Amino acid sequence: MRQFLRLLARNRLASLGGVVITGIAMLALITPLLPLQHPDVIDTAHRFLFPFSEGHLLGTDQLGRDLLSRLLWGTRLSLAVGVAAALAAGIVGSGMGMVAGYVGGRTDNIIMRAVDMLMAFPYILLALAIVAALGPGLMNALIAVAAVNVPFFARNIRGITLGLARREFVDAARLSGKGHLRIILTELLPNVLPVIVVAMSTTVGWMILETAGLSFLGLGAQPPQADLGGMLGQARSAMITSPHTSVVPGVMIFLIVMSVNLLGDGVRDALDPRLRSGALSRPRASTRVARQHAVPAPEAAPADALLAVQALETQFHVTGRVYRAVNGVDLAVKPGECLGVIGESGSGKSVTALSVMGLVASPPGVITGGAVRYRGEDLIGAPYARLRDLRGESISYIFQDPLSTLHPLYRVGDQLAEAIRVHHPVSRAEARARALQLLHDVRIPNPEGRIDDYPHEMSGGMRQRVGIAMALANDPDIIIADEPTTALDVTVQAQILGLLDDLRRDRGLAIVFITHDFGVVAQLCDRVAVMYAGQIVETGPTAEVLAAPAHPYTRRLIACVPELGGGRRELAAIPGLPPSVDALPDGCAFAARCDRAVADCRAGRIDMTGTGARSVRCLFPEEAFA
Amino acid sequence: MGRYILRRLLSAIPVLLGITAIVFLIMAMIPGDPATALLGAYATPDNVARINKQLGLNHPLWYRYVLWLWNMLHGDFGRSYSLNRPVIFEVWERLSATAVLAGVSWVAASILGILAGVVSAARQYGLADKVITFAVLIGISIPSFFLGIMLILFFAVDLRWFPVSGMYAIYGGGDLLDLARHIAMPAAALSVVATGVIARLSRSAMLEVLRQDYIRTARAKGVGERRVILGHALRAAMVSIIPVLGLQAGFVLSGAVYIEIVFQWPGIGRMLVNAILQRDILLVQGGVVVVACLYVIFNILVDVAQSLLDPRIKT
Repeated sequence: MRQFLRLLARNRLASLGGVVITGIAMLALITPLLPLQHPDVIDTAHRFLFPFSEGHLLGTDQLGRDLLSRLLWGTRLSLAVGVAAALAAGIVGSGMGMVAGYVGGRTDNIIMRAVDMLMAFPYILLALAIVAALGPGLMNALIAVAAVNVPFFARNIRGITLGLARREFVDAARLSGKGHLRIILTELLPNVLPVIVVAMSTTVGWMILETAGLSFLGLGAQPPQADLGGMLGQARSAMITSPHTSVVPGVMIFLIVMSVNLLGDGVRDALDPRLRSGALSRPRASTRVARQHAVPAPEAAPADALLAVQALETQFHVTGRVYRAVNGVDLAVKPGECLGVIGESGSGKSVTALSVMGLVASPPGVITGGAVRYRGEDLIGAPYARLRDLRGESISYIFQDPLSTLHPLYRVGDQLAEAIRVHHPVSRAEARARALQLLHDVRIPNPEGRIDDYPHEMSGGMRQRVGIAMALANDPDIIIADEPTTALDVTVQAQILGLLDDLRRDRGLAIVFITHDFGVVAQLCDRVAVMYAGQIVETGPTAEVLAAPAHPYTRRLIACVPELGGGRRELAAIPGLPPSVDALPDGCAFAARCDRAVADCRAGRIDMTGTGARSVRCLFPEEAFA
Repeated sequence: MGRYILRRLLSAIPVLLGITAIVFLIMAMIPGDPATALLGAYATPDNVARINKQLGLNHPLWYRYVLWLWNMLHGDFGRSYSLNRPVIFEVWERLSATAVLAGVSWVAASILGILAGVVSAARQYGLADKVITFAVLIGISIPSFFLGIMLILFFAVDLRWFPVSGMYAIYGGGDLLDLARHIAMPAAALSVVATGVIARLSRSAMLEVLRQDYIRTARAKGVGERRVILGHALRAAMVSIIPVLGLQAGFVLSGAVYIEIVFQWPGIGRMLVNAILQRDILLVQGGVVVVACLYVIFNILVDVAQSLLDPRIKT
């Protein structure tokens, strides 16, 4: 509750709305105490006086009545009617909803069908029908507006009650012998009351507007009594000669409705956890780059590298906190080589992969340093147009979950054809023929029959084959595969890995393979880089690293892989959790979980050391390489 | 697809029955004796008995409902006593004027609203987003009848760009250009709120979609940003925007009542208000039933449009 109020207060617009509506409500409350003329005193000698006339601050209306006085009394009436309608609709609707949700079965069915019927009307038709039956008048207008809004409350409250009615405390109350009515009033009501209050506060502005509307039509308040809508309706006949008589009540309705809307929006936003965390922001076309260090020299990258990542730093900036997902990663892959990048969830391996083509969601992602060199050209900070030219054409991606990464509303053939057509000016027919060939290449059986499928019509393995086909569409030099088999079951996984390996050999592709599974690395990769807390902690040829891991983390990671058949050794989980990347320790990030850590490990930055192909970020490696 | 449409239309039958039953029950709530109410000063016992027989009021409620339905199915909605002509003729005539006004407003609100929402989402937190968000806030707070009056004062009285009221000029006119000149202001006043609501919803639907993995896939393929937004993202967002368009059609129709009064548009809303003020109950009843039923059918068409757009909906 306190957090809710704080969030609400921080929302400037909502606060403004709150202040305005409170001010108007206070004015309406003290109206009888103010030294005003009587709102209904007619003075035909002084009709249509303009605002700021003597004795009439806002002028007078068509019968010479003081507009300020009528405005305040009218506001009072409008607010009262709106609040009363909201209360009536809230009480009746919530009552119906709670009974329907609690009793369930037939009663629920009948009530909810009736509610559906009421909701099938455009709201004003229902209100007009009720007013037609009861006759014009403010009370009848109030009843009509309340009745029209009953279904809204009934439906919402029923939903919540339905969830509560199956909970233990309700069962307990029933077993203790409480009657149904008492259970509804003492057990359910306190739980749904906050929702009812919020729903009322967000609809009250709407109800004020609706009753004002009915009065405007002459179906609500009857002269000489006038709410804001009635004032506007009666002023309309003289709107051309004396516009102020229309403007005064109109502006007041506008102010009331807007302030209630602002407040209501603020309440809704403060209650929505997604908005609270700022998660509803749109990722830009490419990740924001704000380098905090000098660009690494191109000579520092291995000369034969097709793609070299140098000292890459990627961070997430969320509400004042900095999550350092990638902290100075160096990677390089040669033509035709397969590099495995392995690490636990949250080690920064996916963020590293996405940073290459500027695909890290931004906001909140920011690339704060380093370089990514493709054939020597730095892609970090390259213009968007250049990145776009390379994306899918020279460097392409395969993502993890093919169901969420393929567009659900486009046919797979069209998605493949699009991948080709954004880079090459080929005809539709040609692109489709190529798409068909691609589906064939990734060994989808009966590709002619599958090309017009939607993703949801395919199995997970088939979908991932489409994902691979899409990555291959333009014969790229490099494929970055971000856990492409994690979402698949084991047999399909083996097929997909086999397919990738064949494609690599046939086409001379370089592959960067992101995974958390050493088994997969062993099958596919020439070299492996182990990531932990946003850093590479060990790298080397796969076979060597597997046979003789140098970093304690690598050793324990390998010990986690179960073996089929001969596995008699104990599977060892790594105790503890990786450090949170918004509070990384000094020195070795693994020290807290490492059984050989000493004070020096926590003292300061530890660099990669090693010779030739192998290197490790550890003061006391398991194996010393010659 | 044909079978799906048929099935949806059949599923409307219980809703239509429910709607007519609700209207019938509301009208049966009229306090006092309907015959006396209808006859007013002419309520001699003889006349009352005759009217009661004419209206079938000596029969039980359910029988009267069925009779009423039966008559409506044969096009007999009764006779308007204030206009002295069959209700259905009057309703049908007025309905076309409302359909033109509400239709133009709804289409304009849909297009403008979606456009504003898309721009707003694509430029989140940018200048365009702030301007649109502010305009939307003003738009959804301004009562349409007040806005209509202000438009008349400014554009018709002061600037004399548009005629003050009506659907066609009294002398001459009657062509499409004349209609366009007359409809501009009422349609603008009527569409403002709906545009705002649709823009808001489109913005949040687009933001939701733009965070999805398949948008990242499109970008990873090298699809240009314009195509990502207007193709991939909007296409997916439409799935949640279309139901709101259907819902807003109801609000536009409702708002038309006020706008028709303000601009003296010869539509069904003005007819209903006048009928209520003159206690012409049969005219109210007929008007409400016809419009509500057409609205239900319209919403089924929206559902069908939705199923055309989203292959995941089983048809």
